[in-house]
This record gives sequence, structure tokens and C-alpha cells, in this order.
Amino acid sequence: MSNAVIAEKRPSTLRGASMPKWSPWAIAAGSVAVAVAVGAGAGLTKVQWGLISGLLFLVATYGIAAKVEGRRQAKDRIATGLVWVAFLVALVPLVSLVWVTVVRGVKVLDVYFLSHSMGLVADSQPGGGIYHAIIGSIEQVGLATLIAAPIGVLTAIYLVEYGRGRLAQAVTFFVDVMTGVPSIVAGLFILSLMLIFNVEPFGFAGSLALAILMMPVVVRSTEEMLKLVPNELREASLALGVPKWRTILKVVLPTSIGGITTGIMLAIARIAGETAPVLLLVFGNRFINNNPFSGPQQSLPLYVYQQYAAGNDYAYDRAWAASLTLIAFVMILNLVARAIARWKAPKTGR
Amino acid sequence: MAKRIDVSGLTAYYGSHKAIEDISMTVEPRSVTAFIGPSGCGKSTFLRTLNRMHEVTSGGRVEGKVLLDDEDLYGAGVDPVSVRREVGMVFQRPNPFPTMSIFDNVAAGLRLNGNYKKSELGDIVEKSLKGANLWNEVKDRLNKPGSGLSGGQQQRLCIARAIAVEPKVLLMDEPCSALDPISTLAIEDLIGELKDRFTIVIVTHNMQQAARVSDRTAFFNLAAVGQPGKLIEIDDTERIFSNPSVQATEDYISGRFG
Repeated sequence: MSNAVIAEKRPSTLRGASMPKWSPWAIAAGSVAVAVAVGAGAGLTKVQWGLISGLLFLVATYGIAAKVEGRRQAKDRIATGLVWVAFLVALVPLVSLVWVTVVRGVKVLDVYFLSHSMGLVADSQPGGGIYHAIIGSIEQVGLATLIAAPIGVLTAIYLVEYGRGRLAQAVTFFVDVMTGVPSIVAGLFILSLMLIFNVEPFGFAGSLALAILMMPVVVRSTEEMLKLVPNELREASLALGVPKWRTILKVVLPTSIGGITTGIMLAIARIAGETAPVLLLVFGNRFINNNPFSGPQQSLPLYVYQQYAAGNDYAYDRAWAASLTLIAFVMILNLVARAIARWKAPKTGR
Repeated sequence: MAKRIDVSGLTAYYGSHKAIEDISMTVEPRSVTAFIGPSGCGKSTFLRTLNRMHEVTSGGRVEGKVLLDDEDLYGAGVDPVSVRREVGMVFQRPNPFPTMSIFDNVAAGLRLNGNYKKSELGDIVEKSLKGANLWNEVKDRLNKPGSGLSGGQQQRLCIARAIAVEPKVLLMDEPCSALDPISTLAIEDLIGELKDRFTIVIVTHNMQQAARVSDRTAFFNLAAVGQPGKLIEIDDTERIFSNPSVQATEDYISGRFG
């Protein structure tokens, strides 16, 4: 019993004063309230309210925590606070972008809009739709993927599994350079070829430029995924007397197929929003053109650009609705990629 | 079935670094040979030269001869893929293919090589799993992923995968170092059974294990860090552990260094 009494009396070296769990929320609420009061009083904008509350939150957290808990805990709290503030700041443009697009886009977005072209509607009139742009986008992006994905994946396989020495270094270097090529330059490159052979704009020309833009992205992401495959698996397969090419085909690729698919989908998402090369090479079209190999076509980003440039309320509505469709298209692709990645991921269940 | 290995004057490099130097030994068919020695002395490197896995590492190359029943593994025109079909390997860490089921893992060697009859596949898988003492534990869940098994079971799965292709020689690179004593015992028992059919070479850091499972033991050592590893002596296991002819072996076994 005497032992217990002594133990109770001895000051703990492990437990110090600590702020309650709800304190960050309280500080956040307090700083927002102060910021709103100050901002409303001084007639500041909402962005400034937000910046003030963020700053107040960090300063108040540090001050209070340093008083109550000590300097080390205060530093810990301020680091956590910075991460949260940075997260919220990053979230603001994303949420507002999606919000504005949805609010303005849903006005004319319906089945009629998705299933009609602009063939009989002038830009200054209501009605019309994006069917021709959807067809164009799917065909151009699909053909670009058919070209870029196999070449990109095979290049990555070469770099990871076979590439040694000068050639591999050169390929890596040029892939890096290609990653930085602006889309308009890719467009001009194809355009110069078209001028040499004197051909009119057509969908597939756009696909070629998009493929140039897509290839380095696919190479890079596939390379990283292949590097993640443990060497032990390759050795296990080789030690069974399996030739290298079959090892790559049957062991390495299946193990990394989820990540490779995700990489390709992200690359598709990147090129689906390209406007510049499409403007140069595909030109745009008010009518439905199902043939990507002949005649100008439309595409979604180009449609958005041209409608917005038309500059009247009906055209603005169509531009926003087309933007929303494009975002939805990319988002669906991302979801599909995630589903495939999860479905194909190496299984761990018992 | 099992084949003899005859190594003479073997030297292996990683780039310009000489990892092992001038090793000669004979491994009898249907026997278990254990390699012991301190870390970094080239046991694993030497083991990997026996099925040409050494050259998979970038910069890996080999001088000397390895005869598998009179045929030089490093002779002109020898296909490393064919070598590895005759000389199988089990690795230190269990490495079942994560995308494949238990059944597919065992069948992988046959399927990927393409030389099998569909009707026989089931029998071969069953025989191999029985050979690896794993059949009773997994026969009800052959379609479950192999990575869901315990570490010891995974290692026996890898052994089943290796023996499914009917190699002549089985190389084992510290197969029990990641396993608990019970799984280790299971694998040691298995080695005792497998030696009736295969020539087995095993690298181990556990001297009791070498004494328990092997017929012959080879002791490797290196003069200093950065120097190439060398074969100090190879003899009957009993002799190595009771009355070795080289002082360094006795020092290592009795724990005076390494």
C-alpha cells in the first residue's frame, strides 16, 4: 500500500499537460469567426476572409499549444495545421471548378443535347448538341490510344527488361524531352507533314498528334510500374526454365497490369482535353462526320473553345454543357481504370 | 534421373569484381550437399552459377567449367533456358507468383514452357504438392491465391513448383532462413525425401541444419572483405563437423569466428 502511495505522488515523466481532442476544431471555429467579423467589417473579399482565418488558425494553434503543452508539441501541431491548410487551399480551386461547371453545364445538358449536332443550328440560336463532337473525340482519342499505348508499353518493357547502355539512355532522354513537348508543337509537326503532302484536315491527323503527346506519359508510368515488380518473381520464373520473353508476358505483365492500365487511362484523360493540335489538324465541323480518315471532324475541347468564342448566351450554355460532358468522360475513364486496377491487382486473400 | 555436377576452376565476377575464385568440386547424384560459410563468401553466387542464374544479374559472368553429367553448362551453344529446366532452384524468400492460384503456381513451370498434356496437369500438380508435403493442407483450396498461405507453406509451394518440372538437380538458397522452426523441420524432412530423386545442393547459415540434412558439406571463406570467396574444403558432413582437415573450418564451426 505504501508503494502505491509513493507511486502516485511521484510526478509523471511520461504525461504532460495536453489540450483536449476538440481543441483544433475550437481554434478553427474561433479563427473563422474572427476572420468573418474582421473581413465583413473591413469590406474584404471572401478569399481574403479565408486567408485571414487560415493564418489566424496557425498562429493561434502555435500560441495556445506552446503555452499549454510546450514548444515541441506546438511545433507538431503547427506542422499538422499547415498540412490541413495546404489541403484545403488545394481543394478550393478543384471544388469551385467542378461546382461552376456543374451549375452552368446542367442547363442544356440532356439527351437531345447529347444526340444532336450543330448542323442546322447557328451559334447564335438555341438548341443543337455535341453528338458530332463526342463521336470525333472518341474516334480521335481511341485511334491515338491504339497507336500510343502499344508503342509506349513496349518501349517501357525494353527500357526496364532489356535496355542497357547507350541506346537505353538515349531512349530515356528522348522520352523525357517528349514529355515536355507543348501540344501545339506536336500539332505543328503533323501540320508540316500535311502541308508537304497537301492534304486537308481530317480526324486521324489529330490522332497522330495526340499519340505523340500520349506516348511519353505511357512510357513513364509503365516504366515505374514494371520497376515495382519484384526481381524475385522474374528470377523464380527464369529458374523454372521459362524463357525471358514468356517470363515478361506471363509473370511480369500480369503482376503489373493494374498499374499499367491506370497509367494508360490517365494518359487518355490528358489527351482528351487537348485543343491546340485538334484545332490545327482536325479543324472542327458542325456536321456529323463518322469517318476519322477523311474530312474535318469535331472534338469536345474544340467545341467548347468555338462555342465560347461565339460569344452569346446560347453558345455559352452549350460550351459549359460540353465542358461538363468532357469532365464526366474523363472521370468515368478514371473510375474504370481504378476498377480494372483493383480487379487485376495481385490477390492477397486467404 | 538425378545428375552429377562436376565443377572445375570456376571463377565468377560481378562486373570487374571477382566474387568467387577457382572453385572445384564434385556433387554426387542423389545426395545432399550443404554449403556453409560466413556472409559474403560467395556461397549463393556459386550456387547461382550452377544453373546460370548468375548471369541474370547485370555484369555477372563466369569462367571455368560446370559439367552436368559430362555436359558443360557454359559450353558453346548451350541455352541457359534448357539448363534451368534441368537444374531447378528454390530461393531464400518464398516467392509464389502473386497473380496465380495455388494450382497455377505449381503448374506455372509446365504451362509457361508449353510442354505438357492437359490431362496430366492435374496429376502432376497433385504429385508435386504431395512431394512437397503440402497436398493435405491445400487440397481444398487449390484455386485460392498462393500468396495467402503462411511463409512455410509458401516455401513448400515454391518447392512444389520447382519439382513439378522434374529437374535433375535442385538448388536451395537458404530455404529456411525466413521460416519458423516447425516449418524448417517440415522442409528438412522434405529434403530427406527428395534426395532419393534429385541431386540437392543447399546453402545454409544454420550449421545444425547442415549437419542434419546433408551428406557432404563444403566450407567457403574469404581472406578479407573485398577479396574473392574460396572453397576451403569439402568432405563428408560427419568429418567436417568432427574432424575437419583445415583449421579455419574448425574455427568457423566451433564459433570462433564468423
